[in-house]
Amino acid sequence: MIWPLLKRDLRMLLLGGGRGGGAMLPLLFFLAVAMLYPFAVGPDAPLLAKTGGGVLWIAALLAAILPLDRLVLPDIELGLFDQLKLRGITEESVMAVRLFAHWLSFGPLLMLACFPAAALLNLDGETLQLLLLGLLAGTPGLAAIGLMIAALTAGLRAGAALSGLLLIPLALPILIFGAGALERSDPATLGFSAAISLLLVAITPFAAGAAIRAGSQG
Amino acid sequence: MQARLTATDLACMRGDRLLFRGLSLALGSGDVLHVTGENGTGKTSLLRILAGLLSPYAGEVSHDGAIGMLDERPALDPDQPLGIALRFWQQVDGCSDPEAALAAMELDALLDVPVRYLSTGQRKRAAMARLLCQNAPIWLLDEPLSGLDDRSQARIGETVSAHAAAGGIVVLASHQPIAVERLSVFALAEYVA
Repeated sequence: MIWPLLKRDLRMLLLGGGRGGGAMLPLLFFLAVAMLYPFAVGPDAPLLAKTGGGVLWIAALLAAILPLDRLVLPDIELGLFDQLKLRGITEESVMAVRLFAHWLSFGPLLMLACFPAAALLNLDGETLQLLLLGLLAGTPGLAAIGLMIAALTAGLRAGAALSGLLLIPLALPILIFGAGALERSDPATLGFSAAISLLLVAITPFAAGAAIRAGSQG
Repeated sequence: MQARLTATDLACMRGDRLLFRGLSLALGSGDVLHVTGENGTGKTSLLRILAGLLSPYAGEVSHDGAIGMLDERPALDPDQPLGIALRFWQQVDGCSDPEAALAAMELDALLDVPVRYLSTGQRKRAAMARLLCQNAPIWLLDEPLSGLDDRSQARIGETVSAHAAAGGIVVLASHQPIAVERLSVFALAEYVA
């Protein structure tokens, strides 16, 4: 029962499934920021190399906001969760599958996009490596926060606008430890980022599932 | 097919309004119950409570056998062709004979059409095909006839009769009369608080 769900989620999130965007939207956003930054601060190679990693972290964080409005809400409107529940598939398991699909649809792609972005920002090999490791540790956490927020705000009228605003403070710890590793050239800091991600990934299916269930009682 | 659906002393609260109370039901194999009532009397809420999707304010529901539900939301991806949208549910339900369900609802010609281009009636028939594939003995149908032409209405009536004859239970809420044998009518107005 999990496989058709995952297939459907990936079709929706990766390819857009007609809901607009798909995985291209965060990816292009991320690359656009990497492209704009040198125009904004000027072609100062050492400055770009020093600050570029941090900018890419912020770009990744903001890119994670883009898919939030179509992550949960359309399926509530479709009645999908009710139908699955009648078949004994709980909101928690649906959300666990969706978390995986959501991460797959932006995490690995952003990491791939780091290669051209690093070239644009003149990042050296070591920084790129730390950035990639950091995103590997941090993006599951970003995906988890995003899914939790999408489920919590699905019932609200201004949900889409609010979700972006909510993600930023919650993602702060991941950003601090992830980008902090670049500053100090210390991969050990990434362990904190990974630990926070792990915790978030563990609680998100339950929090998001409970949010959807509570919403359906309204 | 053996099935049982009982509800004892149900009360339903929406917002701060008590919709109905003291409602009890006992249905067994072959029963068809037509829930009637004006708009806002709580027909949909009753079906959702019976399905276990909404907690009753008081009372309890128990059932033997899986529950299938049809409501105003078809739960079919609007942007996918009907065939693919239905295949998702066929895979989830492990449907053994999807062709029969499609043929019963006359959907064969529509499989390539994206769900959002389907008319209200066609969508309802598609949701019915999903329900047929689910192979659940207990059916909860919320307005199964609205938006359907005469021929489709008759077809739904036949499907419901056949399901009951095979030992299933059907609870349907509808404003239209439905041509089904052994139909008992349940007026929700008698339980209004």
